[in-house]
Parts: sequence; structure tokens; C-alpha cells
Amino acid sequence: MAAHADFKSAQKHYIQIWVVLLVLLVISLIGPELGHRMVTLFAAFGIAVVKAYLVAKNFMHLNVEKKWVVYLLVTMLGFMLVFFGGVAPDVLNHEGHNWENISAKESVERGLKEMELHRQQGQAPGAPQH
Amino acid sequence: MQRPIATTRSVTGISTGKLAVWWLIASEIIIFGGLLGSYVMHRIGHPEWAEMSAFTNTPAGATNTFVLLTSSLFAVLAHLKAEHGDGKGAARYLMFTVLGGLVFLVIKAFEWTTEINHGFTITRSTFWSFYYTAAGIHGLHVIAGMVIMLFVAADARKNRELQRVEAIGIYWHFVDLVWIFLFPLLYIAK
Repeated sequence: MAAHADFKSAQKHYIQIWVVLLVLLVISLIGPELGHRMVTLFAAFGIAVVKAYLVAKNFMHLNVEKKWVVYLLVTMLGFMLVFFGGVAPDVLNHEGHNWENISAKESVERGLKEMELHRQQGQAPGAPQH
Repeated sequence: MQRPIATTRSVTGISTGKLAVWWLIASEIIIFGGLLGSYVMHRIGHPEWAEMSAFTNTPAGATNTFVLLTSSLFAVLAHLKAEHGDGKGAARYLMFTVLGGLVFLVIKAFEWTTEINHGFTITRSTFWSFYYTAAGIHGLHVIAGMVIMLFVAADARKNRELQRVEAIGIYWHFVDLVWIFLFPLLYIAK
């Protein structure tokens, strides 16, 4: 009987988390419609981080898992940041004191021209209808 | 009675299967982290990407997010059933999870077919290369999870190897986590 009550209680908890995740999904869809850059960024990525936290904590049970598992995962995220920090300056900038990324500059120019052309035509030829 | 070595790891304090899954996920963080990190830095460095991403299908991406979140709920309910020794119940929820994976792939197939038909192929631009690579690798993980889940469900139905239900569930939630970040990157931030 107690086991059944435990089961029902846990089931209710998981369903509540799922409902919260769906609400966050709806907010992440509505946010960008407001047309404000910061709101879009928060709706897109801030809410993604909250959703990821809820899934990791409640569905993957990281809150009750051995601490070293959490440390392992955080270490991997740290490696990712090291990778980002090491590579991003070369990708984000297309020129520096003694160098110039001609290919990247041409790529940006080509892409913007193509998009401008599409805008003038109203929409990209054959673009998917949303 | 001697406990089977396959389910015991006294040093780490967790079962061998689960230990393997956590190591797998650690390596997957590097794979997907590298991919998503590269996407983010290119997206910031290439303003034309924002315009190109306007052509991804947001309703399809949102529907797939709903489907994966729901399949994650089924996966955790399967784990709950397994914890209470109900193998048949666990197998049933695992099959619902597999169904969720199938729906996800069908939607993705329709989405890609539309995009490819309209000329947005993997060779169209670097943006579309990233788009198909990231979503494609994620899709392969969905397929792998579904296949493994079918085997786990077959055993669980006979009340065997119920500890595997949790292991495959953790993997599935990770696949869901990756999509949680792919969705805003590819569909929302336009």
C-alpha cells in the first residue's frame, strides 16, 4: 500500500515537471514574437538552460546521483568552454593586426547578397511555408 | 549469495551499466558541445546565418520538442515502474518512448524532405551544412536509443535486467537535453 502511494506521488511529481517543461516551451516560442533582441535571447537560451536543468535534476536524477557523476559532467562542460575560448577569437573576428580571413569575409558578403536578393523577391525561392 | 559482477561497482557506488552510460554521456558532451560551440561562434561571426535560419521550420521543431519531452516523461515513468518491480509496466512505457522517437523521426523526415525539395541542401551553405550535421547526428542518437530500448523492453517484459531501464532512460534524457539546445539554436534565434 505504501509502495503504491510512493509510486503515485513520484508519478505526480514527474508529470508536474513535464507540464512545467511544456509551459517553458510555449514561453520560448512566444518570446521571440515580441521582436526584442534581449527577450529573444532569454527566451531561446535562458529557457533552454532552465529546461536542461529540470530534465537533468528530475528525470536523470542528478540530484540524488553520486556527486562524482556531476563533477564528471561539469568537467566536460569546462572542456567545452576551453575549446570555445580558444577557437572563438579566430572565428568571431575576420581580421586582426597581421592577418585577414578573406574567405570568411567573402562568405559573409556572398551570404548577405543572396539574402538581400531573396528579400527583394519577397521570399526565398521555394522556401518552406510556415 | 555472490552478487553478479555486471551490476556491482563498489568503488564508484553505482552499477556497471549506469557507470558506462555516464561515461558515454561525458564523451557525448564533447561531441555535441564541440558541434554546438562551433555553431554558436560561426553564427555570431556570420550575420548572414541569422537570415538563413529564418527558413527553418519552427512549428516542426516545436512539435518535435514536445514529442521528445513527452517521450522523456515516458522513459522516467518506465524507470519508476522498474524500481517497483513492474517489468511489464516498464516495458509498456519504454514502448511509448520508442513511439515518441518514431514520431520525432517521421516529423524530421517530412521537414528535411520539404527543405531539400526547396533547394536547402547540405551543400547550399555552411549554415545548412551545420543544420543537417547537427540534426543528423542527433537523429542517429535517437535511432540508436530506440533500438537499444526495444531490447531492454523485451527483457523487462519478462522481469529481467530491470536495472537497464534506468540506464537507457538516462541516455534518452541526454538525447532530449541535446535537442533542448538544438531547438533554440536552429529554430528560434532568427
